[in-house]
Amino acid sequence: MSLWIALVATAVGCYLLKFAGMAAPRRLLDDPALQRFATVVPVALLAALIAVQALQGEGRALDWDTARMGGLGAAVVALVLRAPFLAVIVVAAAATAGLRALGL
Amino acid sequence: MTNSSFLRSPEVRDGVGIGLGVGLSGLAFGTASVAAGLSPAQTVFLSAFAFTGASQFALVGVVASGGSLAAGVAGALLLGARNTLYGLRLADTLGWRGGRRALAAHGVIDETAAVTLPRTDQASARRAFTATFAVLCVSWVLTSLVGALATGRVGDVDAFGLDAVGPAVFLALLWPRLREGGGRVRLIALLGAGLAVAATPLLPPGVPVLLAASAALVVLVRPRSGGPSAPESAEEVRA
Repeated sequence: MSLWIALVATAVGCYLLKFAGMAAPRRLLDDPALQRFATVVPVALLAALIAVQALQGEGRALDWDTARMGGLGAAVVALVLRAPFLAVIVVAAAATAGLRALGL
Repeated sequence: MTNSSFLRSPEVRDGVGIGLGVGLSGLAFGTASVAAGLSPAQTVFLSAFAFTGASQFALVGVVASGGSLAAGVAGALLLGARNTLYGLRLADTLGWRGGRRALAAHGVIDETAAVTLPRTDQASARRAFTATFAVLCVSWVLTSLVGALATGRVGDVDAFGLDAVGPAVFLALLWPRLREGGGRVRLIALLGAGLAVAATPLLPPGVPVLLAASAALVVLVRPRSGGPSAPESAEEVRA
């Protein structure tokens, strides 16, 4: 699959998913199967993405990057302290940059 | 309502605040995307037309590790499916039809849902949605472009810690679900993460994440065995 095809497919698919929600009958929200899907799948997906991207090395290799993990640890602390979304992101980037500047 | 009072309304202030915040993820997305091998044009295309950050990060993450593009697209779409849920709830709140609804659909994402859904009256909801969507469009696309162009010039973007932004975005989206979801939800998160990491050395990039999500589907198929499961609120809009 060429990269452009993947990008267009993602863009079209993402729009259709949004539009489907706006156009579908609202009673779908009361469907228990849909509710469970809405709860469970994003949790597994997000947790998997966090783990894979946090430990991402070259290609299939896993890699422990102390600065990046420290940044994510700092993000967890920010989330525990109920910091707003933006603060969490800034803290993660700043802590990672700081640890890297220290040579970690 | 006059123009100047529109610009000073609390809905618009919220929208501008969020738009500025998202700018930082836009920068990070631009750098991650170009570092993954996308051109600046491809990066801006995704930001303008996919217009949903988490899916974009997921896709370029797969491209970066040279994984299967089909798996990358599938992962991005699975993540984008949460926007369908926002849309279901926003449709009534906004009450738009026809072309307006088709246009508004493009802006159905975490941030606009978070700002709009708490509004009770339709006029206020529409203002909040429109302002946030408009500001995000500009800031997300523009900062993606800046990030993409900067990556070519600044040699080592890792020095800015931007590689932590992608996972931090996912973490901030996951956190409220973990906090409110009870033990079963946390177990699913642990299993998802563990499975994806275990599969990473064995399968093409992108596939382990899909595998973890399909494991969650297995949990869905199995009938729930009663028990004291916490009320899993469908309220996944982050505060």
